[in-house]
Amino acid sequence: MSSETHVVEHGAEPAFRQHHFVDAEQQFSTSKIGMWLFLATEILMFGGLFVGYGLMQGVYPEAWVAGHHHLDRIMGAINTVFLLCSSFTMVMAVHASSTNQKSKTILNLLFTLAFAAGFLVIKYFEYSHKFHDGLLPGRYFAYHGGGPPQQAMFFGFYFVMTGLHGFHVVVGMALITWITIRASRGEFSSAYYTPVDLVGLYWHLVDLIWIYLFPLLYLVS
Amino acid sequence: MADTVASPQVHGPVGQHDVDYLHDGSLLSWLTTVDHKKLGVMYLWSILFMFFLGGIFALLVRLELFAPGKTIMDAETYNKVFTLHGAIMVFLFIIPSIPAALGNFALPIMLGAKDVAFPRLNLLSFWIYATGAMIAVVAMVTGGVDTGWTFYTPYSTTTDGSVALMTFAAFVLGFSSILTGVNFIATVHKLRAPGMGWFKMPLFIWGIYSTAIIQVLATPVLAITLLLLIMERTFGVGVFDPKLGGDPVLFQHFFWFYSHPAVYIMILPGMAIISEIVPAMSQKTFFGYKATAFSSVAIAIVSFVVWGHHMFTSGQSQLAGAIFSFLTFLVGIPSAIKVFNWITTMYKGSISLQAPMLYALMFLILFGIGGLTGIFLGAMSVDIHLHDTYFVVAHFHYVMMGSTVIAFFGGLHYWWPKMFGRMYNETAARIAAILVFIGFNTTFLPQFLLGSRGMPRRYYNYLPEFQFLHQVSTVGSWILGLGFLIMAGYLFASLRKKFDAPPNPWHARTLEWQIPSPPITHNFHEVPVVKSDPYDYYRPFEPSVKGHH
Repeated sequence: MSSETHVVEHGAEPAFRQHHFVDAEQQFSTSKIGMWLFLATEILMFGGLFVGYGLMQGVYPEAWVAGHHHLDRIMGAINTVFLLCSSFTMVMAVHASSTNQKSKTILNLLFTLAFAAGFLVIKYFEYSHKFHDGLLPGRYFAYHGGGPPQQAMFFGFYFVMTGLHGFHVVVGMALITWITIRASRGEFSSAYYTPVDLVGLYWHLVDLIWIYLFPLLYLVS
Repeated sequence: MADTVASPQVHGPVGQHDVDYLHDGSLLSWLTTVDHKKLGVMYLWSILFMFFLGGIFALLVRLELFAPGKTIMDAETYNKVFTLHGAIMVFLFIIPSIPAALGNFALPIMLGAKDVAFPRLNLLSFWIYATGAMIAVVAMVTGGVDTGWTFYTPYSTTTDGSVALMTFAAFVLGFSSILTGVNFIATVHKLRAPGMGWFKMPLFIWGIYSTAIIQVLATPVLAITLLLLIMERTFGVGVFDPKLGGDPVLFQHFFWFYSHPAVYIMILPGMAIISEIVPAMSQKTFFGYKATAFSSVAIAIVSFVVWGHHMFTSGQSQLAGAIFSFLTFLVGIPSAIKVFNWITTMYKGSISLQAPMLYALMFLILFGIGGLTGIFLGAMSVDIHLHDTYFVVAHFHYVMMGSTVIAFFGGLHYWWPKMFGRMYNETAARIAAILVFIGFNTTFLPQFLLGSRGMPRRYYNYLPEFQFLHQVSTVGSWILGLGFLIMAGYLFASLRKKFDAPPNPWHARTLEWQIPSPPITHNFHEVPVVKSDPYDYYRPFEPSVKGHH
């Protein structure tokens, strides 16, 4: 407990502090623990998918190789770059909000949003291409170019994994929009920027999962 | 305010928050409350309703098995009824029972905190639970589910009915469980009162904390498993379907990776309650506090590496089976440490045989039987004979119902005066407890015999030679039902009284007994400063909460 928080505590009561916390520092560190725990659950959830994917790849390596040839590496690579850049702008936004730079916070959050939107646009083109070619999961698989039948399972995994990740991107964009609005209202300062920090942590995880998805799906052989 | 007369002088500024939490705010305000106590009470009524519902299905199952062949329902209906019994009891009752209802109420107070770390998340968690329950109800009335609560593939991907919807309900309920777990871990780490070091925490907290770790780490894997199952049904992805080149055993691995730890999500909070009741009702310092605390954590850790013992007959490798079997035996060590510590705590104590203690004693006997038969089943060669028989049914009912549910009702009787400010009729409570004990054993002891003689679980029909034991079991279920009926009677009757519970009816020493019954909205007027261990019965009581005694 620093002397600074004591000053806050005994001086004007900060509006953001919830009644059951002793001081702002306790509230901040508690929120962080909560977020890290949530991220652990996310990793375990995707971890289950990765395990299933890896096991089935071991059983049908040739179907996996054939399946990944239908994926567009260039588009996947551009998306990887997009998300890496968005992680960088997110870090900048957290830093800016913790140092009282309101306009810089908003600008960086908007950049993050733009990269995320770019990611989804490219994903949309990839998906529609797959739909067009009949590269669909399971019983809807209607590709006529031949190859091992278990490609249907590969595309099952492809759509579940990228779909679940895409859902996380959409949720992340909603969260970033929310903190952008709050930032524009001037709610964050060096004394309180917990929401920016936590959304940042979440966003990095979303990026990190893609960093694993990209080689797993696009760079099989 | 007249109701607080029963609680001795509580000093501090008089304001709206001096009102007891039950009367603070309108009835409608309960729906959006962030007060952990109100949420605990709302969970309590929800899970008790689910227990009632699951109990009705259980009675129907037993009634059908009174005679071979058709008794009251056809085979299809029977499959749905036992599935609903299992799914409701596991996902809607036992898993949220102790942590979400009693834990929500007691944990923050026992830590000396005003609330859990994330009160709004707590409210969200409750409404996610309610949503999951509603989806489950929709699944029941729109086709039902006949897979058993385990949703094994490939049957679950090919059978008719609302499997996808029921699976989705379990998926949603999982999120409620995760959020509760996240909340409790953060609360224990960050909101302990000044002076409450890790080893000054009541053992209930250690148990709930270990449970929360499992909830957070195991439930996401169930979530993804159920999601894959839904995908399997909707898109025919084939991951679990051997016809499409998939592997149904993979589903079992995934399912038990969650569901075996989930068994400990069920039992650890039960053990945690016993660790509170035994020292309070024996007025004895807890024997082996640290060993008991660490054994909770040990069980939580080992729970993640024993899932394969559900699959000894599934064709997994002999080596894997042997390893899982060995690891399963390991669970016996921390469990036995706890049992011996409870018994040693009672030794030369001043034991009071009031209702909570009766449940604790029942727990010791029933958990002894349930735990030891678990060791039988963990032995591979024995399991080949007993797998999927009534022996397994009897074993897990001794652990889930005989231990966890009994501990839950022990905890309910222990904290009831604190939660609602009223004492229940002690005589009626003792009669009900004894009936439950007799009824439980009459129901499930014969099932060990049935199973060892080869009666398979989940079967609709059976050979005539099994009929006598089945009938004994069914009669037992009626005694059990009668016990719970009496319990419902005196508990509801107590709610019609005025507040009459003293702050500390059991002369216990943990923090929740140092504040009025029922507590005020903010639990404490001032943050308590913890000076003594929670079970220091060997020396004069030194209160940690100001303005009382």
